Amino acid sequence: MRWIWIDKFVEFESGRRAVAVKNVTLAEEHLHDHFPGFPVMPETLMIEAMAQTAGILVGQARNFQEKVILAKIKKAVFSDYIRPGDTIKLTAEIETLTDEAASTKGEIMCLDKVIAKIDLMFSHIDQNISGKKFPEENFVFTDMFKSLLQGIALSGTK
Amino acid sequence: MAMSRNEIFQEVQEVMVDALGVDDDEVTTGAKLMGDLGAESIDFLDIVFRLEKAFGIKIPREELFPVESMMSNPDFVDNGKLTEKGLAELKKAMPHTDFAGFENDPDINKLGDLFTVNSVVNYIETKLNAA
Repeated sequence: MRWIWIDKFVEFESGRRAVAVKNVTLAEEHLHDHFPGFPVMPETLMIEAMAQTAGILVGQARNFQEKVILAKIKKAVFSDYIRPGDTIKLTAEIETLTDEAASTKGEIMCLDKVIAKIDLMFSHIDQNISGKKFPEENFVFTDMFKSLLQGIALSGTK
Repeated sequence: MAMSRNEIFQEVQEVMVDALGVDDDEVTTGAKLMGDLGAESIDFLDIVFRLEKAFGIKIPREELFPVESMMSNPDFVDNGKLTEKGLAELKKAMPHTDFAGFENDPDINKLGDLFTVNSVVNYIETKLNAA
């Protein structure tokens, strides 16, 4: 299994907003344990999917030069289940973006229903004020993640 | 219209409740952000972002919480304590902060205690008056 919890971007407005979709399927092994006879997408993975949507949005805003790390879950509220066969739409918006960090607002929808509201904070870890050093290569934005953007026309790219 | 100190406090209180997941009665003026309200480093950035939005102001990096960049300077820190020069520098950088208590034993491990709800209210008040 690969650790990618979104399937593709359908909208991408650089530095502002991104929309990704994910199709949930019974081929995902964990659904058979979560829960036996009642497969639903774990809420932790909804947060991860949002972190990937919002994290790529934040990363792209600085041309993937920064290492963007999920630093805080500001809010995560869930109002319904996501089941196999569902297509979910994840919308992330940048609220604040500075040299050292970013905060984002997000919503997960299934058809017309809001399933979750997830607000996050990301750190640009090379800009940390304690001066801690990290490896040179960008271990966050590997080609695996960048490929998600292939075929999407970036609007408003700086 | 200028905000009263009490209005500023109420707004700051709401920011702390949202950013740190605490109850509003825990956010007293004397509450220490780290010691009493459990703030960690990323929370300080979260608080800065929320304050900027709540008060419509711009808070330059390190103006409200200027400590970290001083710690690597040997002129300012010696043997785990702030030097006289370091203390003077910190007071200059944080005029909104009450140093009573800390001055007697300027142990850098106690620096976190300087960040209180009151110091944030003071900072915002100065900032709004200057605008």
